[in-house]
Amino acid sequence: MEISAKLRFATIAAATTALMSSATLFGANAQETYRIGYAVSKTGPGAPGAATSTIPNYEMWVKEVNDAGGLKVGDKQLPIEVVEYDDRSSSEEAVRAVERLINQDKVDFILSPWGTGINLAVAPILDRAGYAHLAGTAVTDKAPQLAKRWKNSYWLLGTGEQYAVEMAEFLKGLKDAGKINDKVAMIAVADGFGIELSKAGRAALEDRDFDLVYDKTYPLGSQDLATIVNDIKSLGADTFVAFSYPPGTLGLTEQSRVLGFNPKVFYAGVGTAFPLYKDRFGADAEGVVSLGGASENDPKIADYIKRHIAFAGREPDRWASIVNWASLQSLHQAIERAGSTDREAVNAELAKGGFDTILGTYKPGDQNFWQVGQWQDGKFVGVAPTSMEGAHELVFPKPAWKAAN
Amino acid sequence: MSILKPDFIKPVAIGAVIFAALAFLPSFADSYYMSLAISVVSFAVLATAWSMFSGPTRYISLATVVFFGIGAYTVAVLGEIMAFPLVLVCAGLAGTVVALLVGFSTLRLAGVYFVIFTFGLTELVRQVVSWYEVNVTREMGRYVFLDITQNDIYWQLLALFAVLLLTGFVLGRSRLGFALRIIGEDETVAKHCGIDVTRVKVALFVLSALFMTLTGAIIAPRWTYIDPVIAFNPMLSFQVVIMALLGGPRRLLGPLLGVIPLTLLFEVLTASFPNHFSILLGCVFMVIVYLLPGGVVGLYEKYRAPKKRTLSSSPETTRKSEEKTA
Repeated sequence: MEISAKLRFATIAAATTALMSSATLFGANAQETYRIGYAVSKTGPGAPGAATSTIPNYEMWVKEVNDAGGLKVGDKQLPIEVVEYDDRSSSEEAVRAVERLINQDKVDFILSPWGTGINLAVAPILDRAGYAHLAGTAVTDKAPQLAKRWKNSYWLLGTGEQYAVEMAEFLKGLKDAGKINDKVAMIAVADGFGIELSKAGRAALEDRDFDLVYDKTYPLGSQDLATIVNDIKSLGADTFVAFSYPPGTLGLTEQSRVLGFNPKVFYAGVGTAFPLYKDRFGADAEGVVSLGGASENDPKIADYIKRHIAFAGREPDRWASIVNWASLQSLHQAIERAGSTDREAVNAELAKGGFDTILGTYKPGDQNFWQVGQWQDGKFVGVAPTSMEGAHELVFPKPAWKAAN
Repeated sequence: MSILKPDFIKPVAIGAVIFAALAFLPSFADSYYMSLAISVVSFAVLATAWSMFSGPTRYISLATVVFFGIGAYTVAVLGEIMAFPLVLVCAGLAGTVVALLVGFSTLRLAGVYFVIFTFGLTELVRQVVSWYEVNVTREMGRYVFLDITQNDIYWQLLALFAVLLLTGFVLGRSRLGFALRIIGEDETVAKHCGIDVTRVKVALFVLSALFMTLTGAIIAPRWTYIDPVIAFNPMLSFQVVIMALLGGPRRLLGPLLGVIPLTLLFEVLTASFPNHFSILLGCVFMVIVYLLPGGVVGLYEKYRAPKKRTLSSSPETTRKSEEKTA
């Protein structure tokens, strides 16, 4: 309820700003607004993810740009006008919505939808129409080929393999230091994401002489994973890896806590880096490892998180939100650098990179963000790649569950 | 037997002219209108195919998306290995085999049990495909990179719809269609007339499933990426039922009268009220159920042809007398 009221307000606000400024500031012949379109999953299975990582960032960005007077294009200030649709988590709807944005609404730029499948569905259409595609919430092992196939597409979250390999490499460091044994229990959600990561993880762990004592999948949407936790508990693995989705991530944590399963390394999947994880588990989040991470000591990130809380009333997640925001900053700078709303000029600037963002100097598609993070003192900080600036020491071993009862 | 009679030639000729004209749509419409047209034609095929079986037999099937998804998956698996027409043949075969299995094992179920079974079937097939992908191929999600344009998809669907209507038209005048209508009216009577009830039902179920499978196969290249959740989305089954019921499932062109207004309505609602789509859609459905319980065809029959006997029963009676004389 609250969200939809806000959504509406933001849309009306954006539209009013656009109308008012177009009526007062500019002549009738020049382009008066920069039209941005997007279709995201406001309803359906993709809605929770879109409402976490995508929608608040888009709305906040539009509001901030318009509050500052708009995009500086040449010697003009162009406010952003938004055209938004709900793809209802369906590929077919998304395809049609994007066709509509291109042909009916004739928007200047299209922001990416939420989710791997839907981003892939709209990619060929955006490519054919000459729109750049900053896919902010797609994880696919085909990312490098896709970027080649559609030359203005950028697969910001990279491949599943990179997260799995980075995690395996990090675990190897712990094993070599004699901190953990070579036994790993791994589970994955039976969905594109879980299968891709577990496939890469299996290979990467076996390459590094780990022994996979448990390797199974659980069905998408399943929350009651107590039997799995019970099975794993007796196997003597120091490391537990779950390539899970939010419902499973929450269920696993809860059941591990109840059953007193407390391995030295507890790695859970998507959802761990969401603020709701900390809200739900409080002090018990401490020491849990996952993908993503943020350098909250970095003033830019800290400032972004603060603004996000002020705008959306909650924290951003520490993975896709940050990358999405960096891509919006890149787009902003690309338009201003191009000095025109001409799509090809903006695309050319995007391809050049060198944008100043919360991820530092950034080119869309760069993987210069945290691959492994951990909850430490209520913050989800980056721990790997260890070579990155600001990497935190791992809290090891994972502290015991506190609230178990 | 009556192939060359004028009451056969005339509607077929008119249909042929209309479809030939529709084939030129891509010359006038931009790609947005083409995508809308694809939506209309694909739902037209699905709803008509659904009605072909469910209209006369009154079995409400929620398995539309099972066959649609099988078609889409066949393309995802074979699309890059063989030529597209061959892929379509394989999809058709896969759909037929599954429909035969399902048909023989379930069409003895009656009423609500059949509805529940078909709904469960969607979940079953989705889980089987997921299981296979997880444990055998270890790749969830498949990529369909085929150079098939939007216009190609439109033409294929249009051709499929033409074939479907022709099939339905011929069927309506055949012994099989007649047998089916008797089963719909009263299965016991049908049995007493010496009709092999199960065989007839299965034959129709398979035919209807074949068209659904081909629709899925033709649409698949549009999505680039397919996983079980995308391919077997149960919403599609419900949409098809609603469209067919709005139009009127007991006449060949009835479903089309539901497909066109509803597809356009979905479109207007999505475009104009993106944040209130579901609420408005619910209101629209209530209006349909309360004000148009017999569908558009029912409305037509009620107001435009009050003197005739209800059309659902009249073809049977005429047919019966024909059969007697024959």
